[in-house]
Amino acid sequence: MAEPVTESDLKQTPLHDLHVELGARMVPFAGYSMPVQFKAGIMAEHQHTRSRAGLFDVSHMGQAFLIGPDHETTARALEALTPSNFVELGLGRQRYTVLLNDEGGIIDDLMVTRSISTDDDGRLMLVVNAARKDVDYAHFRARLPENVRLEVVEDRALIAVQGPEAVAAVAAHAPKAAELAFMSASSMEFDGIDCHIARAGYTGEDGVEMSVPAGAAEAIARALLADDRVEPIGLGARDSLRLEAGLCLYGHDIDETTSPVEGNITFCMQKRRREEGGFPGSDRIQAELRDGADRVRVGLSLDGKAPAREGAEIALPGADVIGTVTSGGFAPTVGAPIAMGFVPRAQAEIGTQLELIVRGRRLPATVADMPFVPNRYYRKPKS
Amino acid sequence: MTTYYSKDHEWIAVEGDVATVGITSYAQEQLGDVVFVELPEAGKALSQGDEAAVVESVKAASEVYAPIDGEIVEANDALADEPAKVNEDPEGAAWFLKMKVGNADQLNELMDQAAYKAFVETL
Repeated sequence: MAEPVTESDLKQTPLHDLHVELGARMVPFAGYSMPVQFKAGIMAEHQHTRSRAGLFDVSHMGQAFLIGPDHETTARALEALTPSNFVELGLGRQRYTVLLNDEGGIIDDLMVTRSISTDDDGRLMLVVNAARKDVDYAHFRARLPENVRLEVVEDRALIAVQGPEAVAAVAAHAPKAAELAFMSASSMEFDGIDCHIARAGYTGEDGVEMSVPAGAAEAIARALLADDRVEPIGLGARDSLRLEAGLCLYGHDIDETTSPVEGNITFCMQKRRREEGGFPGSDRIQAELRDGADRVRVGLSLDGKAPAREGAEIALPGADVIGTVTSGGFAPTVGAPIAMGFVPRAQAEIGTQLELIVRGRRLPATVADMPFVPNRYYRKPKS
Repeated sequence: MTTYYSKDHEWIAVEGDVATVGITSYAQEQLGDVVFVELPEAGKALSQGDEAAVVESVKAASEVYAPIDGEIVEANDALADEPAKVNEDPEGAAWFLKMKVGNADQLNELMDQAAYKAFVETL
């Protein structure tokens, strides 16, 4: 049996004391002591994020830079490890990608941002999953060419503010945030503090993720929480929000055995890369793009009220087990249980009737379009 | 009527030979927002420690164990439509099940209200 994890074994983020002060219930997560919920509770936190704005401490995630002599060199080095196009990534633009192993399985999913400033030419900023930091960094160090290096950022916190009123709340302190388009980023001052703010997130709502100096994180969080629109949100609601948004959670919905085609995240693969290949596992992934993958991640809507959670079996009605639920639970905005899981390609069509087996009972479910709740990302009006 | 409490945070109100079982206020607070309750069928015979019901919050599913031996007399079907009642009135309207007391000696192993209160304070 594993040694029990005690609070003292866990790392703390720069906002730890603030969470405790705000009455958070702290739990171990990826080696960190993190707030799973605050006083309001998961349901209220979820609804508040959908209706107003939620503040999330995501400082446990890994921040790092790839640094090379020029953009093209750094971008090509990252393209060698991922199926996305970084050479043509514009200044101040952000892109979702996956690190691939040689079998085309996903080592991690991550966000990559090119600085808006040409002074930073040759630098790409990465944000990786907390639980995958060590694996990812070792992979980069083993695979990067000599002229591109990985620099891990240890002195910055990461704060997400998400919801329809999130950008207005942030812009009260950092006016330039209101000018950002979805999936773009810029350095800017927040009450005079140098921050790097990206218009992106993990909830399906408009919002930002802010990389801030660790020492200023608490002041920034307090300034935002002083705004009536903003409430602190824990990992519990972060999970239900991302599930409704149809977004993958690494280690659950995708892992080293799943390819981006199976994971239904081929939007991370731009045209040139799909055609040219030349990334780890490209033989498998290009074949799956051409012929379809044997299994694919789908959304599942349950007809009843009982939730099906990770590990529940997916079966044909009254017949064989054909897959497994990878994430699932009650969806507060939908008002019903939802899930994601892998099924054979033949059963992946929207509307397919299936059953999810929970405690020996077969719960009727239907393959559903994702996201379960419409995305409300901010798109700049075309001028 | 005497009310007993278990270390699994159930309350057991005994009247004659029928025990009404629910979860305590502390338990519902720990669980958070309850979204689903699965209850046993009337007539089901349970031994102490058997899984009697499942309560699901947004976050996770938790089992409710039979605090004593006995046969299920009735389940609170109102919880199917209104699981949130478990958060609102856990020690009243949101009772889970009634069971026929199969072994009254087992009640002596349970706590009274004062002992349960002291137990919760140690957690």
